[in-house]
Amino acid sequence: MTQLFPRDRAWHPQALDPNYKTSVTRSPTQPLLSLEGTTSELSGPTFGHSDIDPLDNDLLRNFATTGDPVGERILLHGRVLDENARPVPNTLVEIWQANAGGRYRHKKDTYLAAIDPNFGGCGRTLTDDQGYYRFRTVKPGAYPWRNWVSSWRPAHIHVSVFGTSFAQRLITQLYFEGDPLIAKCPIINTIPDPRAIDQLVAALDINASVPFDCLAYKFDIVLRGLRSTYFENRPEGN
Amino acid sequence: MVQKLDYLKETPSQTAGPYVHIGLAPGDAGFDIYRHELGRDIAGPDASGTKITVRGVVRDGTGAPVKDVLIETWQADANGVYPSQGSVDPSFRGWGRVIPDFDTGEWAFDTIKPGAVTDQTGTVMAPHINLWLVARGINLGLNTRLYFPDEMAANASDPVLNLIEQPVRRQTLIAEQVEGGYRFDIQLQCPSETVFFDV
Ligand SMILES: [Fe+3]
Repeated sequence: MTQLFPRDRAWHPQALDPNYKTSVTRSPTQPLLSLEGTTSELSGPTFGHSDIDPLDNDLLRNFATTGDPVGERILLHGRVLDENARPVPNTLVEIWQANAGGRYRHKKDTYLAAIDPNFGGCGRTLTDDQGYYRFRTVKPGAYPWRNWVSSWRPAHIHVSVFGTSFAQRLITQLYFEGDPLIAKCPIINTIPDPRAIDQLVAALDINASVPFDCLAYKFDIVLRGLRSTYFENRPEGN
Repeated sequence: MVQKLDYLKETPSQTAGPYVHIGLAPGDAGFDIYRHELGRDIAGPDASGTKITVRGVVRDGTGAPVKDVLIETWQADANGVYPSQGSVDPSFRGWGRVIPDFDTGEWAFDTIKPGAVTDQTGTVMAPHINLWLVARGINLGLNTRLYFPDEMAANASDPVLNLIEQPVRRQTLIAEQVEGGYRFDIQLQCPSETVFFDV
């Protein structure tokens, strides 16, 4: 019998943070109901290579028609692990981002920076049997948003990961080493612990960079750990 | 000093933001890029079981619809078996993505009604659909469940519904029977706030 490690909610952003204004009307006010995971939460959807195409993880190519996208070419790579430091193989990783000018390809984004005709801004892949994933893309630009009169999001890529249990489902954002906007961002600062913020900053990885082609950034993702309940007199235990 | 525990910390969550569709449902963002978008087929046309439609709206603390929400659904098949547990119905996926109309915030999805699920401890849970909500302003995805109004007896003995201390709050997890299916409105904040789980 398996259970998930309890989620450390002090490590995650708080639901209500008045400095991130949209959270004020969208955060539950009643306490969450603590639930030991049942089959419903411990099971989860699975994906296979028939669900996606090989080019889906190459944002330099997956939407381009007349040439390469504009911007700093990067290789984004890392592993999906669980809290036991075990790799999570064959799990779906999806990303989305603004283009190099900070503009999203979305019918609701009206920021004045230009749309890049050769950049869609999304990608997806399955981790390999060691939990590794990789994407090629361009480094996204910072963009302004309505919070304070002049709030700017640091360059970031949105990341969605599944794991094996529906209760491991996670959406987060990765940031880039050395960005001075990180310290000023109200969304990042919904996370109380500075060490948790550090966990969202992808490291510049010169060793993995491809000479005269692209810089590399490494971003490992950690999902909730699975715990076997020991000392249980069950034939199917552990 | 004591020995170190060698656990990693879970990656902290961040809001999915208003443009979650670009990554998870690009067709709704306004462009076609993938051969096949994921989560559009919870139960295929040949899935066995009773076909149902569930519709609803997610409301914020002011009562306004949350138009940029994305909901993921996860459910057992008509026999109460999850696909990863070995559901034998090949046209049943059990997982879906639901996106509201950007103008009204109303969403709907088609599926089959799940069966009662027997947990690994042998406990029987009333038929339910697991929901996970993300949106701008939601810093960590919210988990809840939809139960069915035509399962009164099963709901009354459901171990999760019975964990809810105030009986009136159990009602927030039970859909309403409407013409052509069920309606399940979700309230993010008081007064009739939906019960969300820490699972
Ligand atoms: Fe963003």
